[in-house]
Amino acid sequence: MPFSLLKYGLRSRHVPYGDIPKTPDLKRAYDVVIIGGGGHGLAAAYYLSNVHGITNVAVLEKGYLAGGNTARNTTTIRSNYMTPESVSFYKEGVKLYETMSQDLGFNIMFSQRGQLTLAHSEATLRSFHLRAEMGKYMGTKIEVVDVQTVRDLCPDLNLDIGGQHEILGGLWHADGATARHDAVAWGYAKHAAARGVEIHQRTEVLGFEKVGDRVTEIRTNRGTIAAGQVLQAVGGLNGQVAELAGFKLPIRCFPLQAMVTQPLKPFLNTLVSSANLHTYLVQSSRGEIVIGGGSDPYQLASTRSTLDQKEHLAEGALHLFPFLHKVKLLRQWAGITDMTPDYSPIMGASPLTNYWLDCGWGTWGFKATPVAGKRMAETIATGRVPDILKPFDMRRFDNFALLNEMGATAASH
Amino acid sequence: MKILTCPVNGPRNITEFQYLGPVRAADADIPDQLVESLFYAENPLGVLKEWWRHTPSNTILIAERHTVSDQIIATYLPNRKPA
Repeated sequence: MPFSLLKYGLRSRHVPYGDIPKTPDLKRAYDVVIIGGGGHGLAAAYYLSNVHGITNVAVLEKGYLAGGNTARNTTTIRSNYMTPESVSFYKEGVKLYETMSQDLGFNIMFSQRGQLTLAHSEATLRSFHLRAEMGKYMGTKIEVVDVQTVRDLCPDLNLDIGGQHEILGGLWHADGATARHDAVAWGYAKHAAARGVEIHQRTEVLGFEKVGDRVTEIRTNRGTIAAGQVLQAVGGLNGQVAELAGFKLPIRCFPLQAMVTQPLKPFLNTLVSSANLHTYLVQSSRGEIVIGGGSDPYQLASTRSTLDQKEHLAEGALHLFPFLHKVKLLRQWAGITDMTPDYSPIMGASPLTNYWLDCGWGTWGFKATPVAGKRMAETIATGRVPDILKPFDMRRFDNFALLNEMGATAASH
Repeated sequence: MKILTCPVNGPRNITEFQYLGPVRAADADIPDQLVESLFYAENPLGVLKEWWRHTPSNTILIAERHTVSDQIIATYLPNRKPA
């Protein structure tokens, strides 16, 4: 890497190249069709082509590459969950992120600075102890810390809040990290495309042809293609795509809004979140303060902005860092989150035999990008759902084997 | 400020209301429909019938709202569906 960088710097006539090839014409048939060209779909394409040798793959993206929820999250990577099933799954995700820049030869700007979740009540502290013990048992770096440690970890935090928002301690997750979301998708896309995977942007799925319980053909706005296996990984509005395939998903859509401030000098070294204030903050590598929180309170399939939510996020941010009061907001965005009844994703089989699901990612999809892609590729290549994914089967709702995940979000719902 | 009309108290700021989720077509009392009623709630791209509560007066009402435009089409008490 350093040598190639040096060579690049010294070369006088460097010809710039595009990482992602242009969208070709659709072929008549593919071994695997991935619906959704976001992080998850592209990661699955990468692992299918680079690890399992399956290269006759098409990724269909209705918009532009990684322009959906991959571009609309707040780039938090962590594994401090509650249930053992989730912790072991997300732990593998964090591990894959740690080496991703080297593995892909593509700088994803991974920055592992740890996540600090604040407790404002004894009840929250008790739940943190439970999460910390579960995390330790499963082998993640996580511990409950006192106020003094909170001060040491985040010296600029306003601890003198008083009232109901007094800070009593925190949950310190040293593995917590952030990365450049676009780079993750681009890195996967580049390597998948180099192996022959076709990435079709502006290609929307309009319907499916089925024979029995198999999908045989997929109708798109650019023509009809035959598919051996299909993976649905569309980020938001998965229920609508599943409906086209003829089955229902236990998903409701809520908007999730976030925003960034103008760039500031680095002062925030950790990812800070507060369950009570429903706010979390992280300083990006550009110096902007990324501020996120909980989803909107009612169902909506629109990415519009609301003043209420912005005020709420600003209020939480000012509680924690009052000196931000004159800082300007630079931009805001919203994504549509697919919420499942138990705050856990749906991965694995669908009611159709050759149609696989990687959906229900709600507000927790980005951190799972590499592990979901890797394990879904394994599922498609072998036709067998690996043990680590089995708890996330859609049939858990029929069997009342829910995976209630209250650690799903940095700010609880 | 977004306004929702309470059938008892009239137009109010939507922050006075609590969202209680969609009116579900499946019936939890019928065993075959139990799972669907519990977990497979309505999630259309279009008009959704849903439960709301006006918190200060504890009025439970039904709203018909479009889930893409966020336009509130009608609000009424559960036992008084307008014709």
